[in-house]
Amino acid sequence: MSISLDEVRHIAALARLGISDERAQLAAEELTSILAHMQVLTRVDDERAAGSDTDGKTGMTLRPDLGPPIPLLRAPAFFAPEMREGFFLVPRLATHEDPEPSP
Amino acid sequence: MTETGFGSHSPEGTVAEIRASVTAGRRSPRDIVDHSFARAAQVRAGADGLNAILWSDIAVAHNEAAALEPRLNGPDAPLLAGVPIVVKDNIATVGSPTTCGSRILAGYHSPFEATAVSRLRDAGAIAVGKTNLDEFAMGSSTEFSAFGRTKHPLDPRLVPGGSSGGSAAAVAAGITPAALGSETGGSVRQPAAFCGIVGVKPTYGRVSRYGLVAFASSLDQIGVFGAHVDDAAAVLQAIAGRDGLDATSSDAPVPDYGEYPPTLRGLVIGKPREYFPHQLDPRIADLCERALDRCRELGAAVREVSLPHTELAIPVYYIVAPAEASSNLARFDGVRYGLRVTDHGLRGMYEATRSSGFGPEVTRRILLGTYVLSAGYYDAYYAKAMRARTLIATDFDEVFRSGVDVLFTPTTPTTAFAAGSRTDPYQMYLSDIFTVTANLAGIPALSLPIGRIDGLPVGGQLLAPHFAEQRLLGVARLLEHSLGAEAHR
Repeated sequence: MSISLDEVRHIAALARLGISDERAQLAAEELTSILAHMQVLTRVDDERAAGSDTDGKTGMTLRPDLGPPIPLLRAPAFFAPEMREGFFLVPRLATHEDPEPSP
Repeated sequence: MTETGFGSHSPEGTVAEIRASVTAGRRSPRDIVDHSFARAAQVRAGADGLNAILWSDIAVAHNEAAALEPRLNGPDAPLLAGVPIVVKDNIATVGSPTTCGSRILAGYHSPFEATAVSRLRDAGAIAVGKTNLDEFAMGSSTEFSAFGRTKHPLDPRLVPGGSSGGSAAAVAAGITPAALGSETGGSVRQPAAFCGIVGVKPTYGRVSRYGLVAFASSLDQIGVFGAHVDDAAAVLQAIAGRDGLDATSSDAPVPDYGEYPPTLRGLVIGKPREYFPHQLDPRIADLCERALDRCRELGAAVREVSLPHTELAIPVYYIVAPAEASSNLARFDGVRYGLRVTDHGLRGMYEATRSSGFGPEVTRRILLGTYVLSAGYYDAYYAKAMRARTLIATDFDEVFRSGVDVLFTPTTPTTAFAAGSRTDPYQMYLSDIFTVTANLAGIPALSLPIGRIDGLPVGGQLLAPHFAEQRLLGVARLLEHSLGAEAHR
């Protein structure tokens, strides 16, 4: 199977990676090539491995890649000390050589 | 010692000899530190040479040496008294940077120290440097560091292996007799094999991961390099055991890794046929056969066995590890750590920071991991890989239950390769073909030198059941003694 440019852009957005068109094209080719080697997994004997409790089927609730966040009982602004653009403002860790002041 | 350095080049530079001379007052810890720094200068360990060491400060090391002095008297002198150690730069240390070889963490100073490092200090070791690595430990050659590639100590045109290539090169070059690295798919054993030294990946849970920057949490383990088996065993002794700061660390008792049997009589060594494919370099196969012959002479029986799901290992590993990495590395977004690149809004800052801060291999693995976890592909890739991982672990369980005590294989399918020669990512991933299975199964494994091809080291790999490190080290020590100088020519 082949990974499309749109799929690369979609997963880059999910991963919060800014990616140029040129890099996206390269990534599409690389991922297509890498995933082609994974087809050997189609030969896995699911019956034999059915006893596994680590296959993601027993307890992990999946969610769609898109959609709004899970609603909170109270809006974040109710308990956030400071917010901007819908996000919490938090102090930066003071463990860097060149720390920036908190906004 | 300065001219030849510590470790394999000098019988006076082993961990045991350093401890003995320091506790007897023949040498001071400061003297040992000076020798280590002199050797690093001699082999040009910094960015202008091997590029094995990213950070070192002799004043800091002298302070540590001075602090050790009052603890040296009496029979209870610590196990690693005065032993200089280098630490892979994805393991948190206080007083020095922890960059993971990444631009995104350039200048980062951890506010806490890894348990393994604290235990080394408690045992009297002196941390003399932080070592280069593939960015976030993702790689097999130490070419993917934001701070430049590490060169092989025997030939600067070659790679030292990876991702712990800086630690391996430092030990092989005689800068220290031992080092800390980390393993997710072979990142200690593969560079140990390439550089002609000993590398140990402990059982998952044997050594605390607290302070090891997470790559793939179900696979990661801190590992140990040594110029000799005894050097690695002593360091493992110091860092092994339960840690309340790592819920995945085991409370299984830690045996004495210094105790070895006199022979291998009664021991059964399995030779898995899947690790000796017909494409394997016959010279590597011959060196493995010579090592197995030595084991037979020591009293062991060698039995051919099968691990039938080995062919799945690389595909499984390169789904599971990137999937976990895509989650673990989500924290590096410019808000709390290191680099911050401002752009339009918070989302723009995240994307600009991450695309500027991560190198090409890390970006590739984050994309791959996000893809295999995404809706529509989770079952086809990640869930399938996790089932296959169970089958790989079951293969080992069945072989060990059948009466096999340890397994012997080549560590790598080739010797050290030329820098820049592997441009196809999957070809690079195949470097780990014999090592990833131990990480997937969580069992301990060790690489030791078994000979050379065209002057380049070849490693032999031993694998054992969970928490059988003592057995693993015992077999390795007897084999090392039997091979003697042949292991290095």
